[in-house]
Amino acid sequence: MTKSILLVGVGGQGTILAAKILTLGLMEAGHDVKMSEIHGMSQRGGAVSSHVRYGSKVHSPVIERGGADVLIAFEQMEALRWLGYLRPGARAVVNSLAIKPVPVLLGNAGYSDKIPTELESKADTTILDAQGEALALGNARALNILLVGAATKIMDLHDIDWHAIIANNVKPAFVEINQKAFSRGQELV
Amino acid sequence: MKKLLLTGDEAIARGAYEAGVTFASAYPGTPSTEILENVAKYNEIVSEWAPNEKVALEAAAGASIGGARSLAAMKHVGVNVAADPLFTFSYTGVGGGLVLISADEPGMHSSQNEQDNRWYAISAKLPMFEPSDSQECIDMLKTAYDLSEEYDTPVLMRVTTRICHSKSIITPNERQNVPIKEYKKNIQKYVAVPAIAARRRLVVEERMAKLALYTESTPHNRIEPGGRIGVIASGMCYNYAREVFGDDATYLKLGYTNPLPNGLLAKFAEQVDTIYIIEENDPYIQNWVERLGYKAIGKPIVPPYGEMTADVLRKALADNLGTSQLPTISYDEALVVPRPPVLCSGCPHRGFFYELAKKKDTVVAGDIGCYSLGFAEPFNGIDYIVCMGAAFSSGHGTRKALAAAGKSTRVVGVMGDSTFFHMGINGLIEVLYNNSDTICVILDNRSTGMTGHQEHPGTGRDIRRNAAHEIDIETTCKALGAKHVTTIDPNDLKAVRKALNEAYERTEPSVIITRWPCVLKPMSQEDYNEFGEDLFKTKYKVDPDACISCRACIRAGCPSTSMDEVTGKMVIDSLSCVGCSVCAQICPPKIAAISKEGGS
Repeated sequence: MTKSILLVGVGGQGTILAAKILTLGLMEAGHDVKMSEIHGMSQRGGAVSSHVRYGSKVHSPVIERGGADVLIAFEQMEALRWLGYLRPGARAVVNSLAIKPVPVLLGNAGYSDKIPTELESKADTTILDAQGEALALGNARALNILLVGAATKIMDLHDIDWHAIIANNVKPAFVEINQKAFSRGQELV
Repeated sequence: MKKLLLTGDEAIARGAYEAGVTFASAYPGTPSTEILENVAKYNEIVSEWAPNEKVALEAAAGASIGGARSLAAMKHVGVNVAADPLFTFSYTGVGGGLVLISADEPGMHSSQNEQDNRWYAISAKLPMFEPSDSQECIDMLKTAYDLSEEYDTPVLMRVTTRICHSKSIITPNERQNVPIKEYKKNIQKYVAVPAIAARRRLVVEERMAKLALYTESTPHNRIEPGGRIGVIASGMCYNYAREVFGDDATYLKLGYTNPLPNGLLAKFAEQVDTIYIIEENDPYIQNWVERLGYKAIGKPIVPPYGEMTADVLRKALADNLGTSQLPTISYDEALVVPRPPVLCSGCPHRGFFYELAKKKDTVVAGDIGCYSLGFAEPFNGIDYIVCMGAAFSSGHGTRKALAAAGKSTRVVGVMGDSTFFHMGINGLIEVLYNNSDTICVILDNRSTGMTGHQEHPGTGRDIRRNAAHEIDIETTCKALGAKHVTTIDPNDLKAVRKALNEAYERTEPSVIITRWPCVLKPMSQEDYNEFGEDLFKTKYKVDPDACISCRACIRAGCPSTSMDEVTGKMVIDSLSCVGCSVCAQICPPKIAAISKEGGS
């Protein structure tokens, strides 16, 4: 059975590294893995998504609507934007951060404060202050690996040496903080 | 060797390495850009950014004639640019094997059109491969080089965004030792004058007849037995079809798609009751199947546009297959605000578009790059965009038409530095030679920005970021005979205003070069020398007591500026601000609420 993890956020938040850590861990655990991401015009500030799928044999690298088992959202409005991609009963791990899109900055639209309630009422949602937690550990940018830690706990992906995967794939200066963030993420769910 | 998880682009680079490729050239374009970026990591391969796709293919063709296995890579619209050498090189054939990678974009994630480049294989008479995952990218590319040399033909490999930008597992192998063939002069093969080309034309027909046999026997085309429902698919669509039709269908999996295998199709048709054809964009396979007299379900039930992901197929085939879309969670969609791409904080295009947007009675001809975003709120600063390098030439045409109608409306053409070298320089020649007062603006951000900061002939660096000959844009424009060439700092709004006003007063062509680096590009010491050691290291702040909430600064459309919902005062996000100072210049002088942090 193929499982699907959808990572969504805003360009520059580190979704690509998060997806890389996830996929490499899953591959080392012996799964077939595919990953798809869309990038191009939005270098910074646009909506970004990475699709991760794993199982004994994965065909499409793209998660279809209603197909995601877990949503990892780096920003709360992005979580809601992609909620239609979750299957009913799926789990969502959401960073509580709100990043205002340009229509909001320009005053042409509002950023609703009802989003967390909407998420919690429609899906099995865990909202974390991932950025604050990562900052407390020493580096706010580690929020991506903190969220990956939370997601691996939810998906029961325990037989993988995640700390080794992190050690092999981030710059030496950031290994320890990211390992701490990963473990903290697991504690929070 | 240890298995790797690679994108299709990375796998194509790996395949080129393993196939013994010696020369590779490309112009960046999503989703193909990472092919050459990864090829360049192999020191055995001469790797180059070309100024445009035509030049890239011509250089690869020349390398092939010189005896080397060579590769050219480009996005779908780039093949239009390269079509001229492509069609003739099909006649001459190769020395060392040559493969052209065409990266198509069903769904138009980062392109101005959807274009099915499989038709190029038919019209240029080329063999074609369509891999379905990263391992096939490697395997088919290696096969393609052998085929290219055995059948004396360039080969087209058609991939799509989801092949290029999706990762799957591959097993790497050693590089084949392919010596460069000794160059031999052979005018009867390579000199494309009519008398010789007419004889080569017959050779092409003979070649395609032989390839019609190859397509029946290659393992890249195969029947995968299942039930009585038949599915024909190639490329990424094969994976989407597998998701929807499952293991109970019989598949005709096509990896080699010109010419297509008539015999294999006949055998397949005997094994199934119904035939579904799953392909993105045009009915390329469907035309072939129907021409041979088979009934098939394909377009327009399967949409002729967009990506054929599993959810799209389940919906499209509901009446035929009884499929329904997966159940989803419904939610209050009104709470979700669009998040369109925007010019980054500190983008050097911001100051220019802010001033240009104030100009009345003006038509702005845009081009392909991050500055395309100048069309949107809050600037609304572009009237049309045609294709790479069209801003000056199309702007010239518009100006001539408006002049013929007796109108004094001015036309401004806007393009980037990489675009200028790509084809834009020809547009400037057009403006100068055919003399219009079109104002030609080159937004020089010292990089090919939108595709991820590739070097180009104006940056002084090559693909491996080693020092290279730098072609200076201002000198080039002057050498073409442009009399009025002004280079300005686009963050200096007064300078932008002055340059535009002077250009509007002239009845001759004007060139304005805005020179400031892209905030995201890797900076070199030369950048710091030229633009200052504090480049992008300063920040601006709002004095809430001085701010009168007039919202003037918001018109810069900067993602770092917003209004505090409680106080109604403007705030600048100090994490993302990089100190371009545009908002501070817009703040009315009497208010002067925005100033440099730590400054006076």
